[in-house]
Amino acid sequence: MTEEQHFLKLFAHNLKGMTGLVIVLTFVMMGVLAPFVSPYSPYATNPNAFLLSPRPSHPFGTNVLGQDLLTLDLYGAQISLIVGLSSAAIAVGLGLVAGLFSGYFGGVVDEIIMRIVDFFIVIPALVFMIIIAALLGPSTVNVILVIGMLSWAPTARIIRSMVLSIREWPFVESARANNAGSLYIMFRHIFPNVSSVLYGNAMLAVASAIFTQAALVFLGVGNVTAISWGGIIREAYATGALTNGDLSYVLPPGFFIFILIFGFIMIGYAIEEILNPKLRLRRQ
Amino acid sequence: MSEFGNYLLKRVAFAILSIFIIITFDFFLFRLMPGNPIEILYRNPALTSAQIAVLNRQFGLNLPLYQQYYLFIWNSLLGNYGISIYYRTAVSQVLYPSLENSLVLLVPATTLAILLGIMTGRIAAWRRGTVTDGFLTGSSMALYSIPTFWLGEMLILLAIASSSFPVSGMYTIGEGFSNGFVQLFDLLRHLVLPLVTLTLVLYGQFTIIMRNSLIDVLDEDYISFARSKGATERYIMRKHAMPNAELPMISLIAVNLGLTVGGAILTEVVFNWPGIGLLIYDSINARDYPVLQAAFLIVAIAIVLANVVADVLYSYLDPRIRYS
Repeated sequence: MTEEQHFLKLFAHNLKGMTGLVIVLTFVMMGVLAPFVSPYSPYATNPNAFLLSPRPSHPFGTNVLGQDLLTLDLYGAQISLIVGLSSAAIAVGLGLVAGLFSGYFGGVVDEIIMRIVDFFIVIPALVFMIIIAALLGPSTVNVILVIGMLSWAPTARIIRSMVLSIREWPFVESARANNAGSLYIMFRHIFPNVSSVLYGNAMLAVASAIFTQAALVFLGVGNVTAISWGGIIREAYATGALTNGDLSYVLPPGFFIFILIFGFIMIGYAIEEILNPKLRLRRQ
Repeated sequence: MSEFGNYLLKRVAFAILSIFIIITFDFFLFRLMPGNPIEILYRNPALTSAQIAVLNRQFGLNLPLYQQYYLFIWNSLLGNYGISIYYRTAVSQVLYPSLENSLVLLVPATTLAILLGIMTGRIAAWRRGTVTDGFLTGSSMALYSIPTFWLGEMLILLAIASSSFPVSGMYTIGEGFSNGFVQLFDLLRHLVLPLVTLTLVLYGQFTIIMRNSLIDVLDEDYISFARSKGATERYIMRKHAMPNAELPMISLIAVNLGLTVGGAILTEVVFNWPGIGLLIYDSINARDYPVLQAAFLIVAIAIVLANVVADVLYSYLDPRIRYS
């Protein structure tokens, strides 16, 4: 059995991991199928049907513009997944490169990169993001860039600590003896050995990016014009649906964010559990 | 120099450098954005010409950028943050009361979350692999996944339906308090919902950190040794495992302070708690950039300093750190 097959087998037997996977795939389906299964157009407003309570024609009711809330909740999966996955890709990519360089070269390079990492881990990212996103103005691309570029530090730190030990392994030494270039060794020899940890870390990065995107929209910065769960919650808060007790307005979008984040965290944790034998359950 | 002194020096140097970078970033972010928000605002007609003259002198807004930069560093260190466009007073007069209000919420919430997290994390690690562990780890991850603002709103719905606790602000508006106790009681009633929200969202991560830290320690040789000596599990836990697992918590808590502050901002906005998070939120809507600039500076510097204190404390308590 190859290492990948072994990993997949362990993952398939991991309850947390499989639960997470099912959750995430459900939401991916929801985002993809939204245009086909939604009862209404997400942009169609209806001045005669605003702030309706739930009824057969509008299971979750309507918002202040008369838009169908179920439709908006279904479409909301799209932006969460797009921003979550893209920001995480940027964060994990940057973290990987920083971690590889830092761990492989050591010395001054390591010192500089790690102090930058310390800095980015410590600073209050959400405050930073609110301010940058507010100054940059509403745009999904900006939000992806801001989240991605401020979230790479934890990945860099983990990758570096792994590279520190891997670079001492004999196969790296033999590659070096064969005059392989540093970049070649880093990406051809070291990278495959850290990739599995990278995936686990990426799942957590997606989870935190989904949270951050929703939080930014809730605070009124970032891509406020796109249909999103954070936006629906903000709207419910602003239009007084909350004080009216409109459960169907507030409950679904937040619940979706919660479950989707939970799904990614479960997958990430399962990967970590499989790779770190100390955390692995002992079967009697 | 002693090993500890050396470490101390390194951490302090890093903190000074970080603060310098934060100030630099704060300066350029607000000057180099399209339209140079700060300069436009300081020519704002809402300010009196006397105020504008003071700002021009203090921040050198007519001088070249690099001189403005020196002045900004100098002013930041002295606590001169300029004038709030919205409140039309010195930024520090708006900032410091907000900071206090934030601490009233943040300190008890973090303390409670840490204590609860240590308790349940310990049980989860102890019962590793059992149903108890599964439940505690699962619910911690669930709490960690809940969007702060949504949890707050659900609690507001509940509180309104049961008309139990006030859902907004720090005190009942327009209430003349007959004495300090009545006022304190009113404050505590307003504190309940934000406190519960923030504690719950923070609690999950501390449980998981504690559990994993303890599991790492329980695999150490000295634990097996103690066990083979015939020490009871309870004794091993209390005397060998916990002290070693709790130490890393100190620095992890400090590292997570950034996240904690994020949670606090969202909680403050939902419950209208007049802390620094609500101030940041209001300043964004009012385009009050001087306040925003100062709020970022204060929060970031506070977190950097807290981390240095935690690092130094940790290395003082656990000398192994200094040699790695």
